Amino acid sequence: MTDAAALAPAATARAAPPRVPVLDVAGLSVQFRTRSGTVHALDEVSLQVHRGECLGVVGESGSGKSVTAYAVMRLLDPAARITAGRITFGGMDILAASEREMADLRGRELSMIFQNPRAALNPIRQVGMQIADVLVRHGGVTRAEAPARAAALLAEVGIPDPVRRAKAYPFELSGGMCQRVGIALALACRPALLIADEPTTGLDVTTQAVIMDLVLGLARARGMATVLITHDLGLASEYCDRTAVMHAGHVVEAAPAADLFAAPRHPYTAKLIAATPQPGRALSDLAAIPGGLPDLRRGDLPACRFLDRCERAEPGCAVPPLPRHLSEDGRMVACRHPL
Amino acid sequence: MLAVMARRMAAALPTLAGVVVVTFLLARALPGDPAAYFAGPAATREAVEQIRAALGLDRPLHEQFLLYLRDLARGDLGVSITTGQPVLHDILARLPASAELTLLGLLFAATVGITLGVLAALKPNGWLDNACRVVATLGVCLPAFFTGLLLIYVFYYLLGWAPAPLGRLDAFSSPPPYVTGFFLVDSLLAGDAETFVSAAQQIALPAIALGIFAVAPIARITRGSMLAVMGSDFIRAARAHGLSRRKVVVAYALRNALLPVVTTLGMVFSFLLGANVLVEKVFAWPGIGSYAVEALLVSDYAPVQGFVMTMGFLYVLLNLAIDLLYRVIDPRVEVAA
Ligand SMILES: Nc1ncnc2c1ncn2[C@@H]1O[C@H](COP(=O)(O)OP(=O)(O)O)[C@@H](O)[C@H]1O
Ligand SMILES: [Mg+2]
Repeated sequence: MTDAAALAPAATARAAPPRVPVLDVAGLSVQFRTRSGTVHALDEVSLQVHRGECLGVVGESGSGKSVTAYAVMRLLDPAARITAGRITFGGMDILAASEREMADLRGRELSMIFQNPRAALNPIRQVGMQIADVLVRHGGVTRAEAPARAAALLAEVGIPDPVRRAKAYPFELSGGMCQRVGIALALACRPALLIADEPTTGLDVTTQAVIMDLVLGLARARGMATVLITHDLGLASEYCDRTAVMHAGHVVEAAPAADLFAAPRHPYTAKLIAATPQPGRALSDLAAIPGGLPDLRRGDLPACRFLDRCERAEPGCAVPPLPRHLSEDGRMVACRHPL
Repeated sequence: MLAVMARRMAAALPTLAGVVVVTFLLARALPGDPAAYFAGPAATREAVEQIRAALGLDRPLHEQFLLYLRDLARGDLGVSITTGQPVLHDILARLPASAELTLLGLLFAATVGITLGVLAALKPNGWLDNACRVVATLGVCLPAFFTGLLLIYVFYYLLGWAPAPLGRLDAFSSPPPYVTGFFLVDSLLAGDAETFVSAAQQIALPAIALGIFAVAPIARITRGSMLAVMGSDFIRAARAHGLSRRKVVVAYALRNALLPVVTTLGMVFSFLLGANVLVEKVFAWPGIGSYAVEALLVSDYAPVQGFVMTMGFLYVLLNLAIDLLYRVIDPRVEVAA
């Protein structure tokens, strides 16, 4: 990221190849050693996010979205092993960084919003204090200045009466308010990359839209790169520039969001779209996706992990390696028989 | 806060009433005849009966109970046959010794237990965790008076590091001027370093003997609670915001993990009160525990009664204190109550 690129309007920046992505995840494989066997949670996952861009990561529950996010933050469980791959953030090798370097990066350059907003807050600390902790840690703010700055941040994420709310404990706030606090925490130090892990799951529909507009509005205004993790393809196509579809630890398809929605190439993406509510179509037309994710503890996982649920599958699909076709139009599909 | 305290006090009343009834019945159920003891071995039958009447022991039980309640209301816990003093006077004079010992034992147990628990949780199954498990098991197996004897044997008899286990001060020191009744505190207030050192040397072994078996439950609860908290979402979030490890462990994790530990402290303290009796005997500690044991051995039941009642009150008070402490740490309690 040069200064020139930073100053250029988004459109020109997007047109000028080759651009260096803010975040580059390349061939990342993660396993968990558990008592009941090794979970092959991620297998050669690759993702790129550029400055000012929003990348949607979509997939049903258990497909490895959170694990990917935690790997980027270097916050994986102790049981996790990264067996292959590289993660580069702003030119820095995340997997080689020291714990101290990571702690300096987290919350300052690299931030995250969590799925369950209330559980992600310290239950016995005032929310203003929690924001103050982050500001004091990274923002060059003294303890004395912190409360005023925290209240200003709460106002920025649309919390009314911020000075009083800063003294509230999480249990005194609604889920939507807690998520606004989560956003304030994540954006307190103006990070270059924001990972939002299902930020609206568990909130009611109106609040969902408000929170999404807030997050992406702030992200766009600040030219941040954003990774929006969701199981809702509709949400991703509405808010994101590019979308990557994950299934059982694989990225099965990645494309500009509109193209992906208009013309899916992976059979799983097609099924996801058929299962997504859309304007102008009856809810009764929604098709459930047959079958479930394969058991990721299996030692003999087929090359394509969607095979058992796929109508286009043939014996060859099980044979490694899993092909990953890249096309001219910036799309990727991991399938032997794409649509 | 005051309203909460008042409500808590009111809730403690039935417990206190229970303590009053139990102490009354307990004293009557104890073996031995106090009238006979009081009259002495050479007394005649008539003399014993006279004394029995004087003590009110010839009346029906319910009348005795009413008399007992009347005396209690006047702050009269009876007279110790052994010391010839009012029991209330004896107990108040000896209570600071017991309280100082028990609180110090609790402080020792809490400090060591919480530290071990946290360290064990930060590296589960590390060497410290395993060492902790062994110490914890040993601490639970050995009764406090045995630990006391063992400590005396090693540190006084073998090594000569500790003074003779003969009370609160060595023979050359005199008690500091009375302020709190705690020698450690009063000697500091008086600026008397020599007395402080003497008091500290005397109290170290009995406090450790008393505290050591409470280390295990505290360490265990702390470890489990700390492990659970360290695995929770908000700790991952705190780390995701880049907070330093120290901040995450102490300000975020430990404070949350302490909540169940504080609750346990109440239970642990009641264990300590019980163990206190024998530890005081072993170390010739002039507290209410040894007072009660000596009285019990000669069927002098008024001091025993007074002792049990004091314990009951202490227990209720302590639970009140723990309740308040819990409220200070956890803002959510106010709403739940
Ligand atoms: N700590 C862990 N231990 C074992 N398996 C895990 C752990 N965390 C995640 N997994 C496994 O990794 C897979 C992906 O999980 P996750 O990334 O949470 O899915 P999601 O896409 O719903 O966020 C799941 O099969 C899950 O069981
Ligand atoms: Mg998830």
